[in-house]
Amino acid sequence: MTGEHRLARGGRVDRARPLRFTFDGHAYEGCQGDTLASALLANGVHLVGRSFKYHRPRGFLAAGAEEPNALCTVARDRARTEPNLRMTQVELYEGLVASSQNSWPARGFDLGAVNDLLSPLLGAGFYYKTFMGPRFVKGTTLWAKLFEPVIRRAAGLGVPPKEADPDHYANRFAHCDVLVVGGGAAGLAAALAAARAGARTILCDEGAEMGGALLCEPDATVDGMPAAAWVAATLAELARRGATLLPRTQGFGYYNHNFVALAQRLTDHLPHVPAGAPRERLWQVRAKRVVLATGAAERPLVFPDNDRPGVMLADAARAYLQRYGVKPGTQALVVTAHDAAYRTALALARAGVKIARIVDTRPRPAGPGLEAARAAGLPVTVGGTVVGTTGSLRVSGAMVAQASGTGATDFETVPCDLLLMSGGFTPAVHLFSQSRGKLRFDAETQRYLPGDPAQAQASVGACAGSWGLAAALDEGSAAGAAAAGSGAGRSHAVTGDHAGEGGGILGALPHGRDPARVKAFVDFQNDVTAKDIKLAVREGFRSIEHVKRYTTTGMATDQGKTSNMNSLAIAAGALGRTLPEVGLTTFRQPYTPVTFGTFAGAARDDLFDPVRRTPIHDLAAAQGARFEDVGQWKRAWYFPEAGEDLHAAVAREVRATRAVAGIFDASTLGKIEVVGPDAAEFLNRLYTNAWTKLAPGRCRYGLMLDEPGFVMDDGVVGRLGPDRFHVTTTTGGAPRVLNHMEDYLQTEFPELKVWLTSVTEQWAVIAVQGPRARDIVAPLVEGIDLSAQAFPHMAIREGRICGVPTRLFRVSFTGELGFEVNVPADYAAAVWQALWERTAALGGTAYGTEAMHVMRAEKGYVIVGQETDGTTTPDDLGLGGMVAMSKPDFVGKRSLARPDLVAPGRKQLVGLAIEGRTVLEEGAQITPTADPPVGTHAIGHVTSAYWSPTAGTPIALALVENGRARTGETVFVPMPGGAIAARVVGPVFHDPEGKRLNG
Amino acid sequence: MTMAARALPPGAGALVSVALVPPATRLSFRGGPDAAEACAAAFGCDLPRRACRAAATEARAALWLGPDEWLLLAPEAETAALVAAIGAGLAAVPHALVDVSHRQVGFAIAGTQAATLLNTGCPLDLDPAAFPVGMCTRTVLAKCDVALWRRGVDLFRLEVNRSFADYVAGYLRVAERGLG
Repeated sequence: MTGEHRLARGGRVDRARPLRFTFDGHAYEGCQGDTLASALLANGVHLVGRSFKYHRPRGFLAAGAEEPNALCTVARDRARTEPNLRMTQVELYEGLVASSQNSWPARGFDLGAVNDLLSPLLGAGFYYKTFMGPRFVKGTTLWAKLFEPVIRRAAGLGVPPKEADPDHYANRFAHCDVLVVGGGAAGLAAALAAARAGARTILCDEGAEMGGALLCEPDATVDGMPAAAWVAATLAELARRGATLLPRTQGFGYYNHNFVALAQRLTDHLPHVPAGAPRERLWQVRAKRVVLATGAAERPLVFPDNDRPGVMLADAARAYLQRYGVKPGTQALVVTAHDAAYRTALALARAGVKIARIVDTRPRPAGPGLEAARAAGLPVTVGGTVVGTTGSLRVSGAMVAQASGTGATDFETVPCDLLLMSGGFTPAVHLFSQSRGKLRFDAETQRYLPGDPAQAQASVGACAGSWGLAAALDEGSAAGAAAAGSGAGRSHAVTGDHAGEGGGILGALPHGRDPARVKAFVDFQNDVTAKDIKLAVREGFRSIEHVKRYTTTGMATDQGKTSNMNSLAIAAGALGRTLPEVGLTTFRQPYTPVTFGTFAGAARDDLFDPVRRTPIHDLAAAQGARFEDVGQWKRAWYFPEAGEDLHAAVAREVRATRAVAGIFDASTLGKIEVVGPDAAEFLNRLYTNAWTKLAPGRCRYGLMLDEPGFVMDDGVVGRLGPDRFHVTTTTGGAPRVLNHMEDYLQTEFPELKVWLTSVTEQWAVIAVQGPRARDIVAPLVEGIDLSAQAFPHMAIREGRICGVPTRLFRVSFTGELGFEVNVPADYAAAVWQALWERTAALGGTAYGTEAMHVMRAEKGYVIVGQETDGTTTPDDLGLGGMVAMSKPDFVGKRSLARPDLVAPGRKQLVGLAIEGRTVLEEGAQITPTADPPVGTHAIGHVTSAYWSPTAGTPIALALVENGRARTGETVFVPMPGGAIAARVVGPVFHDPEGKRLNG
Repeated sequence: MTMAARALPPGAGALVSVALVPPATRLSFRGGPDAAEACAAAFGCDLPRRACRAAATEARAALWLGPDEWLLLAPEAETAALVAAIGAGLAAVPHALVDVSHRQVGFAIAGTQAATLLNTGCPLDLDPAAFPVGMCTRTVLAKCDVALWRRGVDLFRLEVNRSFADYVAGYLRVAERGLG
């Protein structure tokens, strides 16, 4: 038995495949094809949760994506626990474990329901009003001490899991001629017409099964086939024609250039998820044309206590009955402003549900539904209304009154356990609106309908305001054919679709009851009542956007799918304006909530961002290197020996390098090969230095400025031949420098015959530095005379090392005799190994980036981005001599003459000598006195600070106003523990004459 | 690139496989139309003028990557000879020829699901009508810049800068799981 309220036959569920599941710990049985909602209704469960604010008992309002009440948490395990799922969309599977939300200790007895009694305090904007509460301690409001903690605890619906998401999420980029969103009658017909015309077609639908409303139409036929058979035949033909069919796929976002995002649920409906299978897939679709067939949602009626379990949309009841074979009640009262609800009443009556009354709010209704109901002998009250309901955990009666006048006070209570309502239908124009299409208000039918499309798009069927199966099918077919560029669509023969068009009401039904004592809900999920909206208007809110935020109507996870039009109408009524005058709130992506995992896709853990490693990485790791992140690169930071911390390892690495030699992986250095007859001229224009006279085989330290004259990069440039330069850049600056160069080459100097090629990753670089560097390199090198005379400091040679080609630089970033061995990257590991063996044999070391930084700071070598901050000129760094002002021009030249760049008082690079052993903090401010009053202007800041193993003291580099003129002065670095005195000195702490470089 | 990428196993599914291609000669050639013509003669393979098209012979290929830029591919052992031959053939024509053999790593992606696998992270339309055999372009795969060349309906070559090879290999492994 799959529930005592299950019909013996009918619907699209498989009664032969029962499924066991639990809800709030109780075991139930449903069957294959059920949603959690239909299975619970089959078991007579209407009370499924508590409302957000007042903790009122709530049941199912709808049967689809628009459901505001029936949210649940589905848990497979602790990590696979997802809150706030719409039970109307949760597909049942064997062993499903679901629980209600927002109730404690149980949904039948919930202590939070005390809020319902406190509701006079919790009206519209109560949250904002708490901000303004009385102050009880100086400077502290009740908000901070009382309201915020309480509201924080009460806010939110479900509870997200604390564990990392163990699931895998896929991504797919797709292109098509025609994308059809919505697989109901209109969408199926559109896709079929497009596919028949040979278009690449994608059809997606949010449901487990395509077909939309056709799945709830057992009596209708299309082209002589039962509706369901037509759906099956259409899907089969679409598959045969190669269309991509995506059920369980929500089109949730419509962006520029017909870029549409879809979320496909892949495994949530499976009892056993295959290991490693992706849970969801994000589809990023570029469509030449889009057909929206997103249907319409029925609107609730707004009357007092319209939220009791058992109060349901009429069309939802029809879906439960005809699609799932479930009787949602035994005695139904229908209140409607639209002819469509009559078909539900008729279907229920045929299934044996007693129709207690049909209350039509319209004074003079007409339509095929009404006529059929009268013919069937169903009791119809015309011009009536419902002014309240009875019951607590389930509706037990409806207060029926005459709708005449402004409010009815005389009412009759009609017993019922199912109260069905229909306020008419709201076209689902969300995606159309997201596409930037302008909505137009149709005054006659009081609906917002798609206006002219803003992109290559068409809306068809109910979302375009059309009514009935035949119209949906014909419009869909025409739009599909047009989208595929193949003329007219075809028309369809439809029988058994008797619902009449027209009708509907917006806003609240009138009632004469005390508005202070009853609640007529507009937004069920956020517990917003008609009274709240009127209150907001009374308190001065005029724009619907403000009313929305103040009352929170339409701001819940359902984004007001069932409530927005009613709240708009209530606000318009209170303001005495028309709906278009009040405006419409913005439809935003996503249409329904999308999991973070779907957006993240593969970008998590190791794949969050590329991790770049040098060809020497594995060898350095084997030598025990600790690594640091430099952008996306992993760089060897230091190489600790047993028991060493960073400080000890760096001190040893520095001492060994200065005493013997060290080797260092500099492969991440940016490298650009500049080739062409105009290469030297190009560099003349991009760097401050002069390049024309640099002889092949020689290197020069180059300084690059941006247009405002500030230092943007530096690096050694070697000239390999008359028309070929090997340019190096900082590690972090490599892409920026190449882009900067390309930009100037293409836009300013297109006449120059020169080309730029990034060779950062072609050449691995091993720096060998120290007094024994030549002894280490020499035995491995062929074809290069390494003597100081033949190969002086700042030279470059091409030859071979360890049998492989090398570009060997004689350069130093340590102040010692040094070489930088460039080899093609595949050979780097072998060359590193050979160099390391020689180095180790001589008592040298491998060193990392930290020791490199210390050694360059001991020499006063700047690092762009550390000693510079984007407002630093060459002269500020003491590098004015690098600027060849005699050149006709170079990037930044003119700016160097700007008044503020030549004014006295600029910050200049200096060294700081510190007594004691405290290493300064980089970034610390510098003041002229030890204890300056608050607000004192700082005269500079520390840019680099290290313990210098060579000097045996702390050292620092700093930018200080008029720094060079302050040499010898004492300045102060105020720190929380007291100011630290420092003496201004030159920036070079080691071998200021540079003798060691030329060894 | 580290050992991890070198040890990349062939694709688990029969519908798609991912493999590293052997080391190769890669030359970046830059120059005007006259240079391209002279280069083709020295290289022994046409340099396509049509945007985003590759030309290939048995052992060599030239991929159009920009209006004055081609990537030349040849067997690994031919680097020095080709550099010399092209240099000699274009002594009087301004151009740039730069050896980038070690800069990049190549992946071969093969199988009926090859395009689908690439479309997990590449936003281009890889339908054969839109991206026919012989087409090549720079594009992205997830968070990595790549050059993509369609060598057959179900065969692609992906060229990535070597330090991104681990990322690309890891990404493709994960993406392959998501094809189902």
